[in-house]
Amino acid sequence: MSEPRKETKLVPVPATNYVPERDVDKPPILEARNLGIDFGGLTALEGFNLAISPTEIVGLIGPNGAGKTTVFNLLSKVYQPTRGTILLNGNDTMGMSTVQVNRAGVARTFQNIRLFSNLSVEDNVKLGLHNHIKYGMFSGVLRLPNYWKQEKQANERVRELLSIFNMEHMVHDRAGALPYGAQRRLEIIRALATAPKLLLLDEPAAGMNPSETGELMENIVKVRDTFGVAVMLIEHDMNLVMGICEGICVLNFGKIIAKGTPSEIQNNPVVIEAYLGRQKEDG
Amino acid sequence: MSFLSHLISGISLGSIYAIIALGYTMVYGIAKMLNFAHGDVIMVGAYACFFIASRYELPVVLGVLVAMLVCTLLGVIIERLAYKPLRSASSLAVLITAIGMSYFLQNAAQLMWTSNPKVFRSVVGDKSLKLFGGQLSISAIAIVTVATCIVIMLGLTWFTGRTKMGKAMRACSEDKGAAQLMGINVNATISMTFAIGSALAAIAGVLLCSMYPTLMPTTGSMPGIKAFTAAVFGGIGSIPGAMLGGILLGIIEIFGKAYVSTQLSDAIVFVVLIVILLVKPAGLLGKQVQEKV
Repeated sequence: MSEPRKETKLVPVPATNYVPERDVDKPPILEARNLGIDFGGLTALEGFNLAISPTEIVGLIGPNGAGKTTVFNLLSKVYQPTRGTILLNGNDTMGMSTVQVNRAGVARTFQNIRLFSNLSVEDNVKLGLHNHIKYGMFSGVLRLPNYWKQEKQANERVRELLSIFNMEHMVHDRAGALPYGAQRRLEIIRALATAPKLLLLDEPAAGMNPSETGELMENIVKVRDTFGVAVMLIEHDMNLVMGICEGICVLNFGKIIAKGTPSEIQNNPVVIEAYLGRQKEDG
Repeated sequence: MSFLSHLISGISLGSIYAIIALGYTMVYGIAKMLNFAHGDVIMVGAYACFFIASRYELPVVLGVLVAMLVCTLLGVIIERLAYKPLRSASSLAVLITAIGMSYFLQNAAQLMWTSNPKVFRSVVGDKSLKLFGGQLSISAIAIVTVATCIVIMLGLTWFTGRTKMGKAMRACSEDKGAAQLMGINVNATISMTFAIGSALAAIAGVLLCSMYPTLMPTTGSMPGIKAFTAAVFGGIGSIPGAMLGGILLGIIEIFGKAYVSTQLSDAIVFVVLIVILLVKPAGLLGKQVQEKV
């Protein structure tokens, strides 16, 4: 632990879980309790408490290196937490693997796009549908009727999913050959194909121009409304975060420094300090 | 006419290399490791078929099926016991383990079945097809081998391209982490790859011993090395590449034997390999990895 961090006066805001009004009576889809992880001697995340309601859009913001992607890696079980618990739909995810937690309803996209770039757009989405296409090795190899039926259903589902972002015409293109924005949209579609209850978007607007970002904002809200999923997103674009998030969680040095609605966050002196540095007392 | 007959034996020998090379290339593509024990799985498959079909004189079909079953299990067990614990180890450690596994299988076979050569009875008999008034004779095993190879090639292409398991294999070969986060069980996919590769090895073993009927614990080792060469030759990781590499290697080997020198045929094969790799480092059909700068 480095010395300067002890001296910092950033006092964590009491962790009152923010719950939007329309979801007050529903139990949270995801609850992180006192979550923490160490890498060797370095504490990357500490005392992370957060509850996300079933159809909430939550923003996770903070300066570079604050531990935002670490939170995503913990929630999707790429890392196993050192401390604390993650409850998914009320069930402890302790000991679950990445695959199991995905089946339980957590899907994500990546900061640097990780599509299967040599495969077609269709196949990428179908890989998201992998656990929803039900046929065995033998029906697959021998092309039994069940294979054709399941593949037909999958093809229809792929087109349905692509249509939400108007990408049906790209269905046979190679994923790696798509324009950047389309690749980002495809990653969201692929994640949605796994039928998640919680969608984790890691910097969805990275590298986008303002008009693309505007479109993305509409799309995220549309996805939430159409699929009824909760969305948690990491983003540096404050227009996007303040524009569509109902709850915001601010991380700095691996700790939550503030939680609240966009307007509360915008006026929170601790947040301003974390982002802009402290103002001199005497002005 | 002798040219044509050499070409045909080259293609049929090459087809066997191709079937073995598919096992190497699929495992490399997905697990990013060279399974040097693959050649010895062929030998085990040939022994399994030998005991059923030649020793106990049960139907040949049963012999082939048992050989495939035995090899599939063997492949999956090898992966589970020897390679899976090393999933995050350096590739060098895995490579050495694979070589160790290869010797283990050879010596275990020697212990169980002795090193005395067994005479393998061809699974299709020694009939042959006479053409041009008997000038050109094509053995039944050559025809069966080439046909099997074509069926396997078409089947695998279809399997990897059109079924969900095949697509999961391609996804794992590109990005295991992302595949896992899409709910694809990477370990199961790798096991399946070993199972398919080993089942193919069993078929290759039976065909190989039907063509060259001496069966010994070291029978699989040289064809294994040649098939690995074929896989590199065609572009390792690529299924059509393994096919093309295997067949070309078979043709070069037989032509080398027929027209240059019997002793030098293997040397010729490797000289051609070196020349091709100097010109095309990724192999004939291998993908050149492009770095985005």
